[in-house]
Parts: sequence; structure tokens; C-alpha cells
Amino acid sequence: MDDLLREFITETNESLDVVDVELVKFEQEPNNATILNNIFRLVHTIKGTCGFLGLPRLEGIAHAAETLMGKFREGVPVTPDAVSLILSSIDRIKDIINELEQLEGEEPAGDDSDLIAELVLMSTSADAPAPVEEVVEEVAEPEPERALRPGEVSLDELERAFRETEVEVETAEPEIVEAPVAQPEPAVAAAPAKEASKPVEAAQPEKAEASEKKSPSVSNQSIRVAVDTLEHLMTMVSELVLTRNQLLEIVRRHEDSEFKVPLQRLSNVTAELQEGVMATRMQPIGNAWQKLPRIVRDLGQELDKPIELEMIGAETELDRQVLEMIKDPLTHMVRNSADHGLEMPAERRAAGKHDKGTITLAAYHEGGHIIIEVRDDGKGLDVERIKSKVIERGLATEAEVEKMSDAQIHKYIFAAGFSTAAQVTSVSGRGVGMDVVRNNIELIGGTVDLRSTQGKGTSFIIKIPLTLAIVSTLIVEAAGDRFAIPQLSVVELVRVQMNSDHRIERIKDTPVLRLRNKLLPLVHLSQLLGIYEGEDVEKAIDDDNGFIVVMQVGSQTFGVVVDGVFHTEEIVVKPMSTMLRNLTMFSGNTILGDGSVIMIIDPNGVASAMASHASSSVSEQIEEEAEEANRKAMNHNSTISLLLFRAGAPEPKAVPLSLVTRLEEFEVSKIERSNGRDLVQYRGALMPLVYVNSGDQHKLEGTQPMLVFSDSGRSMGLVVDEIVDIVEDRMNIEVGSDRPGILGSAIVKERATEILDLGFYLPQAFEDWFMRKEMDIQALTKTVLFVDDSSFFRNMLSPVLKAAGYDVTTCNSAGEALELLENGAKFHAVVSDIEMPQINGFEFCEALRRDPRFRNMPVLALSAMVTPASIERGRQAGFDDYVAKFDRPGLIAALKDVFSGEMGVAA
Amino acid sequence: MTALDMSVTNTSSDSIQYVTVLIGGQLFGLPISQVHDVFVPESVTRVPLSAPEVAGVLNLRGRIVTAINMRRRLHLPPLKEGHMMAVGIEYKHESYGLMIDSVGEVLNLPASSAEPNPSNLDKRWAEISGGVHRLDGKLMVILDVARLLGAMFTEPMVAA
Repeated sequence: MDDLLREFITETNESLDVVDVELVKFEQEPNNATILNNIFRLVHTIKGTCGFLGLPRLEGIAHAAETLMGKFREGVPVTPDAVSLILSSIDRIKDIINELEQLEGEEPAGDDSDLIAELVLMSTSADAPAPVEEVVEEVAEPEPERALRPGEVSLDELERAFRETEVEVETAEPEIVEAPVAQPEPAVAAAPAKEASKPVEAAQPEKAEASEKKSPSVSNQSIRVAVDTLEHLMTMVSELVLTRNQLLEIVRRHEDSEFKVPLQRLSNVTAELQEGVMATRMQPIGNAWQKLPRIVRDLGQELDKPIELEMIGAETELDRQVLEMIKDPLTHMVRNSADHGLEMPAERRAAGKHDKGTITLAAYHEGGHIIIEVRDDGKGLDVERIKSKVIERGLATEAEVEKMSDAQIHKYIFAAGFSTAAQVTSVSGRGVGMDVVRNNIELIGGTVDLRSTQGKGTSFIIKIPLTLAIVSTLIVEAAGDRFAIPQLSVVELVRVQMNSDHRIERIKDTPVLRLRNKLLPLVHLSQLLGIYEGEDVEKAIDDDNGFIVVMQVGSQTFGVVVDGVFHTEEIVVKPMSTMLRNLTMFSGNTILGDGSVIMIIDPNGVASAMASHASSSVSEQIEEEAEEANRKAMNHNSTISLLLFRAGAPEPKAVPLSLVTRLEEFEVSKIERSNGRDLVQYRGALMPLVYVNSGDQHKLEGTQPMLVFSDSGRSMGLVVDEIVDIVEDRMNIEVGSDRPGILGSAIVKERATEILDLGFYLPQAFEDWFMRKEMDIQALTKTVLFVDDSSFFRNMLSPVLKAAGYDVTTCNSAGEALELLENGAKFHAVVSDIEMPQINGFEFCEALRRDPRFRNMPVLALSAMVTPASIERGRQAGFDDYVAKFDRPGLIAALKDVFSGEMGVAA
Repeated sequence: MTALDMSVTNTSSDSIQYVTVLIGGQLFGLPISQVHDVFVPESVTRVPLSAPEVAGVLNLRGRIVTAINMRRRLHLPPLKEGHMMAVGIEYKHESYGLMIDSVGEVLNLPASSAEPNPSNLDKRWAEISGGVHRLDGKLMVILDVARLLGAMFTEPMVAA
């Protein structure tokens, strides 16, 4: 392929990118003549050059497209259809050029008559007079050397065209550094006549003259340089920087060195040189955005939702190497936002938003980094959907997910192959490839974070270094070795001292730091790297000395404890030897000013090590919990809070704390006697007092402690001698009791303790405690089957249910209950324990649900273990509700609910 | 040296020049074409989490060199006293330094006099040895650099 053609391909590609952007702009502002002229000029140039180079296919399409655009210039209304048609012609041209490149300059065979016919049809259907077209066509044709068609150009038109072109030149200025993107035609025009090496100056004398009035043309001041040359220059400057650092280090050691002054100068010059070379590599980020308006426009049409793409800070510059790397991730994210982030217009209207969705791209500098934000004002991430996906894919357990904050949940969309898209569309599935996006960004030492508010929109925040070649790092020490931590991920440094505000605290053996309003997980660098030299790794973190490097990677923040912090140093990252590349903790190594080699910590490696560290302890914890649950199930009982007290006898007595409404102390003088029993005025009513042993007396002076039990507005005071303690213990009634009022004896706090049977005492206060409701609602009395293997709970809860007006039958196992039901006993509802031997509550419920007779019978679960996971399990088993064992009001309310629901259905 | 010169001129086509090195009392030979330099390794930065035989990385005239402790590679006890020397080699366009006890001389040996590894040679040695030369009063084991380093590439992969 000859140089001429290569030049043509490069420049035409650049022009086409500009045309894409301009066309989308034009569609929005059809009356903007400047934009139209710009497009027209570009297409025209392509056409002209194609004719010259003998590429008839390209010329044909370009000509037809140009004709149609000519009609627009004459005032024919611009329709989206027409723009689409032109865009598709541009695409066709691109395709042909790509093939042309692959075929080494041979124009590929093909037939474009369909497209041309459409273009022609569109042009002729426009009612503009045909001859004008010819004139228009020649307007921007500046060079006589080209393959010309006869035609005339009025001086006025020519000048106007130049003036408008001038405007365009200024706006395109930043792009000039590497290539005169906005002005491709001069190079092409000049190419046949002059050497390709200096095309720009020679290109268009006329134009240069025309623009001289305002400012010297930018095109005169730029040349094309091969990227390789720049890369090499950059490497050499990097080496120079290293050597300079080395020299500075030497001079630092010799106080009155005569080298000091010249070295200072060298240092300054090097810094400037470095900056200069960096500048040549810098390109406005707008270059990476160029294709986006077109993509968004096409998406908008395809998905039938109007989308506006807002671009802020397109002039922000960054290293072209970085630019190349983020192009694809950015495109992907914008597509995602358009397809899934933004709702359909109808949905948007319903949510009170403007029909037109907005995607905002913003770029700006912050420190040595560039921040790119991709923001949409759509519906935000669906946390619930992600949660269920996370669980479905086994990335985390339900229990873990429940504990996570929304931000943590959001992060899962970066997990490999994660997609929550309900259906796969032609455009994208939200999350498909988000892991690729993250990987690409992390590859260049960047991080990606996201914020999402349900209903408000999602925004992705990408933080990347300005350049990859030189990294600013913090030099730290751990276990006697120095390491470099890229500053990009360092948020702050905290000095640790026993007496300072920043103190290391420990949860079990996990060190954490209280930093403002957050708890920061800590790990010692030497521990992470496995180079801790002491005996006990847990003690690696010295509570009284050290520095904490607070690092942020994505949305993960953690503290890395180091023994010392030296200084920051600009380093040139050198890749590690292949042998060491499998170490994820390091991203590379470099030579420091003092000549020694230092390893560069990879923040992403540290973050994932932290995460796996944490998750291993979480899974351990979950295992422990599961074991605990198992053990509980095996013992058929679980720890509960017991109120220990003494009454009438020295041996302790106990009652489940959850059954006690209040603990009160009354002045003895307040106790009154009426109708042969003791009463106190309590909350505006008379509360009868009950003694544990009949014949007991209340105290004669001082205050009298008592336990108050209340239910439905009635209260009873159980007189006790002394309240001893509240303990958490497992309740295992070892010895049953025949004595009324005592359920039995259990070991509580290593002492034999009598467990009180409240069911015995409640009727002593009000004889009708269990009766009154039954009488009230006789007709409505419901029968309830209560299944629990523990006699304690049967005895404890059946009075409660009876008190609420239910006719309770108890069973001590699911098997017995099933037998009872099988034999035709009718119940309105079943309340079942979960942790039972042989058949557990879940299985019991599933068995009931399988039987058509009991399919609609309300079944409530009662369990000491109430976790979101167990509730979910219960729901799956078919329970109507899930109540904690000691939640008496909850149980009553749940029963009421299922019955009212049932009655509602019946009615 | 005359004898040596003679042998060079006579059998240059099928003889190989070796740099001999001493590791734990055993003589080894490295083909001279592979040896770039001999240096005293200084300020070696250790690389945490790397394979045990990786002594660390060091700066050799502006290049970062990965140093391999040959004693550890050959499962020999560490050198008690004195400095270790290093032989700089290049493998797959990367620089490595083999840390050895001392460097001996350059020998010119006919390729034909190399003998295969004795079958009872320690497996860990056999995998890096390209054969044995019988010299006067001692044996020289040929270090096969490609196998020596190649094995180390796969090892950490398996471990990881």
C-alpha cells in the first residue's frame, strides 16, 4: 500500500469520526449552518480524494450523501430518517475503508446501489431545484490539482466557507497535537503534489491567507510524529529521571558538594523535559468520547427512548496510552446506562421525570489522577434483584447479603459474569462485562466505584492515573524492608499511639481503628506479605507505635499498618520478571534514588487479600453459627434470658424474662388489703398480688419487689423476696414437678433452680384470666394445635394461647400431630416449633402442605432462631408466619392475622 | 594458557567454553555464551511471597535482576561465611543472577566428552544438569540454564 493511500485511510477515519459527532449535533440543531457546512466539507473532501485515488465505490456513496446534504443546505427540513440514512452511508464508507486497509489498498468489490438509490430517492423527494446542487458541491473544493468537475464558485461563498472553517479550526485546537483531526483535507489535497512528510503547511495557501486575519493557523504549527518515537522518548526521559534521582540522593549525603548547584539545574531541566514529553503524550479525553454521541443516538432510536448525552470536561487531558485503555470500558458503560440505567419514557413520566433521559460524562483532574464519571438519571440499581442474583449464584449466603449495605450489594455487579438483566437485549445486559470493565480499569492502576440511588440514577466513578509511566508512591517500611505504595490509592496516613485519639482496638483478635465515624479494618503489611519475623502474627500490630496507611480501592477502605513511612517518590514502574509475575501483591518494581530495588505494592492485590481474609473469617463465623444452631436443635432447647429471683425459700427460682412485663418495687405502705387479698394501686387500676407459696407474706417495711405480668389491660404482681439476676442460659428442665406452680427444676448458673409455671399463678389473680375471652367470643373460638417437643414451652405458651381465647391442643412431636390430624381432628390453625427431633418444623409443614386437606390451613412457625435466613426457609416450607418463641404478643398478633385473613377470604 | 589456546583453535567447532562455578564444593559449568557478567550481589531486595529460591531483586547497572540462590535451589545448606558471588545470565529477554559460592576459571571442553547424568543422581540435581564432564580429579556438572529457570516458572504456578 503506498503512503498516499495510508495517509488517506488514517485521515478519512478521523474525518468520519468527526462527521459522526457533528451529524448527531446537527440532528438536534438543524438550523445550525456551521455544523452543516463542516459536515459537508468533510464528506466532500472524502469524495474528492476518492475520485482522485480511483476508488469508485467510495466516491459513489460519498457523492450521493453529499447531494442529500446539499439539499439540507438549501433549507430542506432535516428528518431523523434522513440523518439515519446519512449515518448509514458513513458506516458503509467506514466498512469499505477498513477492508481497503486489510486488502492493502485494493478497493473491495461490492454493490452499493441500494444505498445510493435510497440517498438519491431522499434527495429527489426533497423539493429543491436540482441545479443548485452542482454549485453547492463545489463550494469547499479548494484545490485545482484535484479531480475536478466543472462548476463555479462565487467569491462570496468561498470566503464564507473559509470563515466558517476558521471557527472550526479553533474549536478543534486541542486535537492538533497528534494529528490535525479537524482539518484532514489539506494533507490529502497536498499529498499528491508534495511529499507526505510536510503536508500541512503546504496544503492550502488560500486558506492560510484567509485565516491569517484572525490568528495564525494551528495547522502550521503541528507535525505528525510516530507513536513509537514518542514512546521511546518517554522511556529515555524515565531513565533520565531515575538517574537524576540517584544523583540527588548522592548529593544529599555530601553536605557541601560543588555539584549541588549544577545538579539542581539538571534536576529542574529534567523535570521540565519530563513534563514536556508527557505533554506530547497527552490527549484530550474528548477523543475517547468521540464515538459516544453516535452510539447514544443509535441506541436511543433502537430502544425508542430519547436520550441526551451531556459531556463535561472533554478537554481534560490524559496520557494517550491510558486513553486507549479506557475507550472500550467507557463505551460499554455508556451503553449500559442507555439500555438499562434509563427507563422508558412512559416510566420516566410516571416517576415525575423529564421524558428525555440524560447520560452525563464528566472528566476532571483531582490530584495526580483523572476522574471520569458516567452518570445517568435513570432508575438506579435494583438492590433486590442483585441480592437474589448474588444468592442464586452462590456468591454470598442470604445471611451475609442481609447484613450488607446497599453499596456493598452494588459492588457485586462487578463480579465476573454477573448480570441482572431480566432479558438479554441486543444492546447489553446490565452487568455483562462489568467485570471486564473493572479489570481493564484496574489494569492501568485505576479504580471504579459506583453510587446508585433507587429512582434517581446511577453513577460510575472511574479514577485513573494521568499516566502509567511515572507513578507517585509512598515509601514505607515493614519488617525491615521498604515498599512503595502508589499514592493513587492512599487516602491518608494515621499515626498510632497509645494515648492519641487514634488507637488500635481489637474485636476478638481483629485489629480495627476508629477513624472519625468509621471502623477501619487493619492488617499489618508484614503479615499480608508473610514476612513477619516475630513469633505471634497476631501481635504484628504494635498498639503503641506505627503508621496506618489508609487505602481505598473501589469502595473498599482499609488500613495497612507499616513500621515506618519515609517520603513520597516519583518512580518509574518497571515490570517484574516473569518469574515473579504471579505475585498479586506487587504490580512491579523500580530502582530508587539510592540505587536499591524496591517492590511496588499493588493496591488491588492487597484489597483482594483483605477481602479473602475477611470472608474466610466470615465463613468461619457462619460455620460456627450453623454449628451452634445444630447443637441447639439437638438439645431441643436454646439459651433464653431467665430472671432469677428468690421467693419464700432460699433456693433460686426462675421465670423467662420475656414473659415478665415489668419489675417493680412498691412501698410496703402502698399495699392494701381488700376482699381478703392484697392489692396495690398500679397505673390507675387495682393490681392483685399473688404469692409464690400460699401463706407467704409481703414484707413489713421498706419496699417490696415484685414481678408484674400484664395481659390485655390486666396486671398481676408476683411478690418475690429478692430479684437476683438475669442470666442467659439454656433451659433444660431435668426434673419434672408435681407441685403446682412449678414446672420443674433446671440447672441455671450451675445451681438447681425451680422454673415457675405462670399458667398456675395467672388465674390466682383473676379467676377468669383464661376464661373471659372464651366466653366473649364463644361462637368464634378457634381450635389451635400447638406442637412443641419441649414440655416447658408447651406449658409456657399454651396458657398464653388460652388467655387469648383459643382452644389449645398440644402435641409433643410432629409425628403425634400428624397422627392426630390423620385421625380427623379438626383445627383452625397449627402452631409448630421448628427445632424438634425426628421431624422438624419445616418438614412437618411441608408434609401438611402436601396434603390437600391441610393445604389452606394456617400454620405458624415458632422458633428460638429467628434470622432472615430461617424466616425465608420457613416461608419456603409453607409457613404463614414465623414468630420468635418468646414474642407472646407477636404470636397472638400472628394468629389474629391468619384468622382475620382466613375470614376475609371466606367472606 | 597455550594448551587451552591450542584446543580452542583445534576443536572450536565442536567444543564448548564453560565458566566454572563452585556451589557447595561441587564444580558446575555454565556455557560462556550464556554468561553476561560476574558480580558481587549487593543490597538484594527480598521479594515476599516468592519461591524460596528467589533471593530477591537487585540493581545491576540500571537493570533489575532477579537473583536466584543456587544453594537453595540445589537444596544445600546456606553459605556460612564469606560473600556469595553471582553470575548474570539472560533468559527469555530477562536478566537473572545465579548466586553461587565462587567463580572458577574458563574451560574449553569438547562437547563429545560430556557424559549423561548418572542414573542415581539426586532428582533435584538431575533436573537442572545437562550432563557431566570428567576433569582431572574432579567432575564438572553442566548447568542447564533453560531447565533451571524454566522449572521455576512452572513451580509457582502450580503452587498458586
